[in-house]
Amino acid sequence: MLKLKQLMGFVAAAGMLLNVTAYAQDTKVIKLATTTSTENSGLLGYLLPKFEADTGYQVQVIATGTGKALKLGTQGDVDLVMTHAPKAEAKFVEDGFGVEPRGIMENDFVVLGPKNDPAKILASKTAEEAFTKIAKSGIPFISRGDDSGTNKKEILIWKAANVTPDFAGYKSIGQGMGKTLLMANEMQAYTLSDRGTYIAYKGKLDLQVDFDGGKTLANPYQVILINPKKYPDLNHKGARAFSDWLISDKGQQLINSFEVQGQQLFKATYHK
Amino acid sequence: MTEGWLALIQQAFRLLFTLDPEVWSIISVSFSVSFAALLITLIPSLVLGFTLAFSRFRGHWIVINLVQTLQSIPTVVIGLLVYLLLTRNGTLGDLRWLFTQKGMILGQMMICAPVLIAMSHAAFTSVDKRAWETCRTLGASWLGAVWIICRELRVPLLMAIIAAFSRIVTEVGCSMMVGGNIDHVTRNIPTAIALETSKGDFAQAIALGLVLLILALILNFMLGILRGAAQPRSH
Repeated sequence: MLKLKQLMGFVAAAGMLLNVTAYAQDTKVIKLATTTSTENSGLLGYLLPKFEADTGYQVQVIATGTGKALKLGTQGDVDLVMTHAPKAEAKFVEDGFGVEPRGIMENDFVVLGPKNDPAKILASKTAEEAFTKIAKSGIPFISRGDDSGTNKKEILIWKAANVTPDFAGYKSIGQGMGKTLLMANEMQAYTLSDRGTYIAYKGKLDLQVDFDGGKTLANPYQVILINPKKYPDLNHKGARAFSDWLISDKGQQLINSFEVQGQQLFKATYHK
Repeated sequence: MTEGWLALIQQAFRLLFTLDPEVWSIISVSFSVSFAALLITLIPSLVLGFTLAFSRFRGHWIVINLVQTLQSIPTVVIGLLVYLLLTRNGTLGDLRWLFTQKGMILGQMMICAPVLIAMSHAAFTSVDKRAWETCRTLGASWLGAVWIICRELRVPLLMAIIAAFSRIVTEVGCSMMVGGNIDHVTRNIPTAIALETSKGDFAQAIALGLVLLILALILNFMLGILRGAAQPRSH
């Protein structure tokens, strides 16, 4: 009885050891840190199986806010990042952690609000004007407040509009896009959302797009490799293969053909 | 890690002792909500615990078991329940309490009430029935008799209060769902720690974790002292 137990223990230990070494040597796994929007919208679920079939790599996705995605890249915990905050990304590259940033696609942000548009922002010419009206109206505004790409964009707009976001209706909640939309809906408040998540949640919301368009609300995504000089032991070959595939004709076409509820969510931009 | 643990902990202490307004706003939300919930629930719960201990009625046994079961219900389940009550289309939707401190207090009341009732019931049960009758025959009023018994039971009752308070001041599930983690309004220690960790900013999370740790230490030491003080009386 004891012998059998010992034997089983030995087999289990050997199995684990083998497993660990196999994992350490596995160059077929690519770790990608990205934003919740690419994951929640279903884009990655659509692209990754095709990439994996083409190349034999396996992509493991860590979906989080842009801030944390870049942090994971800075710490060498992932092989590449795909994010949407141009300023933070520029710093990431400048600090020597990221290399070869490539703009792969964009979608846009929308200002959502109650259907009767109580702050009368429908007629606004710019996002800044819409934000100023919201701040003056006394209608609540929900901010994600989680250092995500959307949050960073929102802060930029407040800055451009010369409004300090500390007015009475401003609520910073530190949560993901989906929860933010549900909360805005509950409070019949305004909020800034990426169009993708909004379309995905549309059926559950009593909100509408009260303002969109303009250069301010464009939302460009970049894919960035991690500097091999900083972290030589990452899967740089795999990361490069994924980045190359995304900007290939096939990758770009696939991005354009991805639809949610009949609407194209992302526009491929590499050739521009 | 680019930041060492030591540096992070140093940064955490700095945040606490420089009275960083962000950190202290979170701490004050946590304490004011939990104290309010505890204070509102306290008396009714003790009355219920007392009634359960000193009376017999049909279904008595079922009520006691139900209360004891409720003690161990996950706080997210209570969060879900309160959320459904308070959402716009919910029964209490017209109150507009969702994502407010009032909503959080309601949730925490539902979390701490079973603890208070069950533990005070256990305490009151331990009292000899004759003590009550003796008080009454010696001329104490109904309320006076209750007061005398509560004073005798102050250690187990305080233990009940501390257990209830520590359960609500540390719960994250209900606060996150019902409060919504709004900065300066409904962001308390547990939801702030969850947020900072999800952002990858650990210094503030550690600072707030330290507050909970210190609180737990203080409460436990208080209990220890109370228990020690109670010891000689039983001889």
